[in-house]
Amino acid sequence: MNNQTGKRRKSRNLGLFFRNPKAVVGLAIFSIFVLISIFAGVIAPYNPQVSQFLPMQPPSMQNLLGTTSTGQDIFSQFVWGTQTTMIVGVGAGLLSTFIGILVGVYAGYKGGWVDSVLNTISNIFLVLPGLALLILIESYVKNTTPFSNGLIIAVTGWAWGARVFRAQAMSLAGRDFIIAAKLSGASDMRIIFAEILPNMMSIIAANVMYACLGAILAESGLAYLGLENLSSSSWGTMLYWAQAGGAMLGGAWWWFIPPGLAIALVGMSFALMNFSIDQITNPRLRVRKKKKAAGVRKVSSREREHASA
Amino acid sequence: MRYFLNRLGFLILSIWAAITLNFVLPRLMPGNPAETIFAKFQGHMQPSQLHAMELQFGFSNKPFIIQYFQYLGSLLTGHWGLSYTYYPTSVSQIIATSLPWTIGLLGIATLISVVIGTLVGILIAWRRGGIADSTLPIVTMFFQSMPLFWLGLVLVYFLAFTLNWFPMFHGYSSNANVGWNWPFISSVLYHGILPAIVVFLGSISGWIIGMRNNMINTLGEDYVVFAEAKGVSNRRLIFMYAARNALLPQVTSLAIALSSIVGGQILVEQVFSYPGIGFQLTNAVSMEDYPLIQGMFLIIALSVLIVNFLVDMLYGRLDPRVRRRGAES
Repeated sequence: MNNQTGKRRKSRNLGLFFRNPKAVVGLAIFSIFVLISIFAGVIAPYNPQVSQFLPMQPPSMQNLLGTTSTGQDIFSQFVWGTQTTMIVGVGAGLLSTFIGILVGVYAGYKGGWVDSVLNTISNIFLVLPGLALLILIESYVKNTTPFSNGLIIAVTGWAWGARVFRAQAMSLAGRDFIIAAKLSGASDMRIIFAEILPNMMSIIAANVMYACLGAILAESGLAYLGLENLSSSSWGTMLYWAQAGGAMLGGAWWWFIPPGLAIALVGMSFALMNFSIDQITNPRLRVRKKKKAAGVRKVSSREREHASA
Repeated sequence: MRYFLNRLGFLILSIWAAITLNFVLPRLMPGNPAETIFAKFQGHMQPSQLHAMELQFGFSNKPFIIQYFQYLGSLLTGHWGLSYTYYPTSVSQIIATSLPWTIGLLGIATLISVVIGTLVGILIAWRRGGIADSTLPIVTMFFQSMPLFWLGLVLVYFLAFTLNWFPMFHGYSSNANVGWNWPFISSVLYHGILPAIVVFLGSISGWIIGMRNNMINTLGEDYVVFAEAKGVSNRRLIFMYAARNALLPQVTSLAIALSSIVGGQILVEQVFSYPGIGFQLTNAVSMEDYPLIQGMFLIIALSVLIVNFLVDMLYGRLDPRVRRRGAES
């Protein structure tokens, strides 16, 4: 029975999500980038690494976004960069959310000394400066690929999620249906995955979005600093080469504007979708038409960006 | 008192974690990176300094645990190693010269952003549904979701390179004499404007939206309605009745903003080649100057942890509920 009402609620929420203009715009922007990354091989006209054109050419019909100082096609670099950045960003976001769920939900559900230990660990990860820690690690691990980069980002960035999940799991742990499940002899893992997680899906969704955004920002920042393998193709590496290849002094705006703008658009799409998830899961905001009144939630999301950026 | 001890314990624990990370990481990596720096240093240094390096990076045959305590000891006595890039300057000297730049630039930019953002938040909450209320949160949010270092690049390109309104890099012009004289101070201010604008644009959104939402909540409270009915003037109602009580959650955000001042804008400093901590860190990384990298990481971590601790203390004073809850958990 519980399951059925859950399903009904889910389909109602999905309907609300698609009727919300902000959510639709956000989803549309996000889908465009997903499509670009899926069909990168079809869309990109040239090999992104081969120098086969005149250097530093402004956008033209032949090179939609112009060329680099070594005569590579920037549009092809952008398309392949979209693929890399999206895979790394979404992958790292999902992985860090998963670690956050494991640590946070288990701590919140178990309570006692397990909770104290896990909570202390996640608080430490929470206060250690994120970007500085990433730079420290990557200065030892030389020439990381985008994927090992994503792994490092996920392993250091899960604490925000864990804190939110812990709070939610703590409030759920005392509810009747959890106690009933416990008395009927369900195992801890079963209770966590079958009873607790389905009841915090909206929080998980919001967290995935912020984690993905944080991962994309962190990855591009690290790549911009030249900490990622320099022959990789990602938006951050493009920005690194634009800086190193003198795009600023050569007036080549077409080189450094597209990757950053794309990161901003992806970020915006996450923010828009999250806005509407807020409104759906917090019915008070919907009924009274109090736009963006999710005071506490908004502040915490800002903090998260601080921490991960 | 219990609250104080609790927070103090966490402070010490987290500082210990940061230091231990610094110690363990170079020893964990395959192909000890210390070997490369060690080779670089040979022939440049006094034997005694080489010995200090050995201790710092685990180039001794002593067991780990002894190395660890030697490392802790040298940190406590202020021996943070020597920089390779700026040899023979010590890491602590470099920190001392770059810290004021970072704190000055980011501190001022953050404060401006807090004050303006909070005021704007108060006003748009009062005029709810107006033009400013429906546009400002969205516009500022757009700035917040872009990578700030890229925003910096764009501003440098258009305002500094193309239009020549601002200098492109560094903290002051090279022909000014460093010191308390007007040409130097004005050049510092002039160089600081662009990076400050970037930090301002990147952080204002949170202050506006946060304050707006708190205000809307307090404006709905009975005591505000009562005060309005009683005929309290609007100005007094906004600032003395509503805004005062809406400020507390902003203090939490301020805590996070303050604690991330030192390490918060590493990439922005790098874009502007601003001579602060973040710029030194990224420089050290590209020069593979490991003692400097470690020192910079430690100072960033220490500043975050200590400011967090101080704000926890302050918050406990402002809001007694926190003190009681903190002692329980």
